[in-house]
Amino acid sequence: MGVYWAIGIRSFRRFSTYRIATASGAFTNTVFGFILCGVYLSLWQARPGLGGYDTADALTFVWLQQGLLMPIGLFGASTTVELGERVRSGAIAVDLYRPTQLLLWWLSMDLGRAMFQLLARGGAPLLVGALVFDLKFPADPQRWPAIALGIVLGILVSFGFRYLVALSGFWLTDSRGTEYLALWLSLFFSGMVMPLVVFPGWFGEFARATPWAATMQVPIDIWLGRNPGGTGAALLFQLGWCVVLLLIGQLLTLLATRKVVIAGG
Amino acid sequence: MVERVLRAPGQYWMLVQMWIRSTLAYPASFVMMVISAMLITGTDFVAILLMFSHLDVFGGFSLGEMALLYATSSMTLGFADLFTGSIERVGRRIREGTLDAYLIRPVPAFVQTAADEFRLDRIGRPLQALLVMILAFTRLDVDWTVAKGIMLVVSVVAGSVIFTAVFVLGAAFQFIAIDSAELANSFTYGGSTLTQYPLTVFGKEIVRAVTFVVPLAFVNYYPVLFVLDKPAPLGLPSWIGLLSPAVAVLMVALAALAWRAGLRRYRSTGS
Repeated sequence: MGVYWAIGIRSFRRFSTYRIATASGAFTNTVFGFILCGVYLSLWQARPGLGGYDTADALTFVWLQQGLLMPIGLFGASTTVELGERVRSGAIAVDLYRPTQLLLWWLSMDLGRAMFQLLARGGAPLLVGALVFDLKFPADPQRWPAIALGIVLGILVSFGFRYLVALSGFWLTDSRGTEYLALWLSLFFSGMVMPLVVFPGWFGEFARATPWAATMQVPIDIWLGRNPGGTGAALLFQLGWCVVLLLIGQLLTLLATRKVVIAGG
Repeated sequence: MVERVLRAPGQYWMLVQMWIRSTLAYPASFVMMVISAMLITGTDFVAILLMFSHLDVFGGFSLGEMALLYATSSMTLGFADLFTGSIERVGRRIREGTLDAYLIRPVPAFVQTAADEFRLDRIGRPLQALLVMILAFTRLDVDWTVAKGIMLVVSVVAGSVIFTAVFVLGAAFQFIAIDSAELANSFTYGGSTLTQYPLTVFGKEIVRAVTFVVPLAFVNYYPVLFVLDKPAPLGLPSWIGLLSPAVAVLMVALAALAWRAGLRRYRSTGS
């Protein structure tokens, strides 16, 4: 256990060294926050209560989305991208020699990254947004643990999916196609394109049942207190996808290490 | 000097051809990447479609008009990204010290950096924008005149040049702040997201800012207003879109100055 903690801490430190990159990223998130607020303000003005959100919900959604998209890794995260590259190049052989679990090793790396980005890039846009707009903050302090748990589960679900995509390189020599498809799915069904509550009819229902909904839409709804089945059910939904994806990940790891021949050279 | 400039397009094309050959070595993978790029960049338009599943008019624009606005914004950014998007890699080259190699070759560093790892699959975004534009024309009832046709074509070229200048400005800034590649995204991808919507929904201050400070309104907004016979905001004349090429020239001059200043400031890492 201690070794994974140490990996997580070092990963956290590694990401904290890129200060200018972090600052310019947070700036970009803030700019996008303002643009989307402009759009959502007009949309919710024309259709008050759209998707069960009031205007304050919609604006809060924007700033939480901009703060969370990097920690969750909706565009892919450099840790799992690196894992995919190691699978393709064959450097993964070194990782497999280590007396540690492959999945837990990279999970620790990813959590270290996510925690740094959550602190550095999650807070700044939300703060700016709160200064300019009237945002919703959970009043009841008892809700904070649920929100924190929801965000961590969101990161775990996202990792579970990104890990599978990275491992696909064991079977497909060129996994860029899979990576693109994965990116599209995660942008579309996480609430990055639009809050999933705006998706119409059965398509909306479907979108909200996917694992990508569990990465971002569900944690934001926990913050807003807008989960249709309540917070408890939302957390269980996330936990379910988390367990499923990580189990498949572990299974694929075993299969991969048993049958795959590492590319030499 | 003039001779150097005249030679640049040929040199650029030579470098680009090399990357195209390497990309087309795996045709199936290339086709898949183009289609994926179309799908991924198309999610912005899906957002607009989702909005219009609840609305009929947004900021005074119908779905067809929004589609034209979206298409011109996405297409101009797409062309700029295709031709010069790779220039944002300059920060990495500065950090690794590999920019030095560019400085001793008999081709301008700018041409080499712009063509660095040219990715033909980025054609996906302009292609997707073209599809949306065709959709827009089938839904719109534009009273076409020669002036409007010329305006649309010229503005796509001028808009692409404006976004190109923004890419170069962002890259030039990386000479001062390495690792700031993401900062430029605020103005490139952010600018494209902004100009996909009728700018008046963002309020007068924003319209002023993108007219007089960062002139992104000239990329597509004013030209499209002219094509659609809509009045310009802020009491500006309806022909203001005609100024797009002039704004593009101004932006290129600014970007050229910034790039040269950045390059002059460059000190190798020495590694």
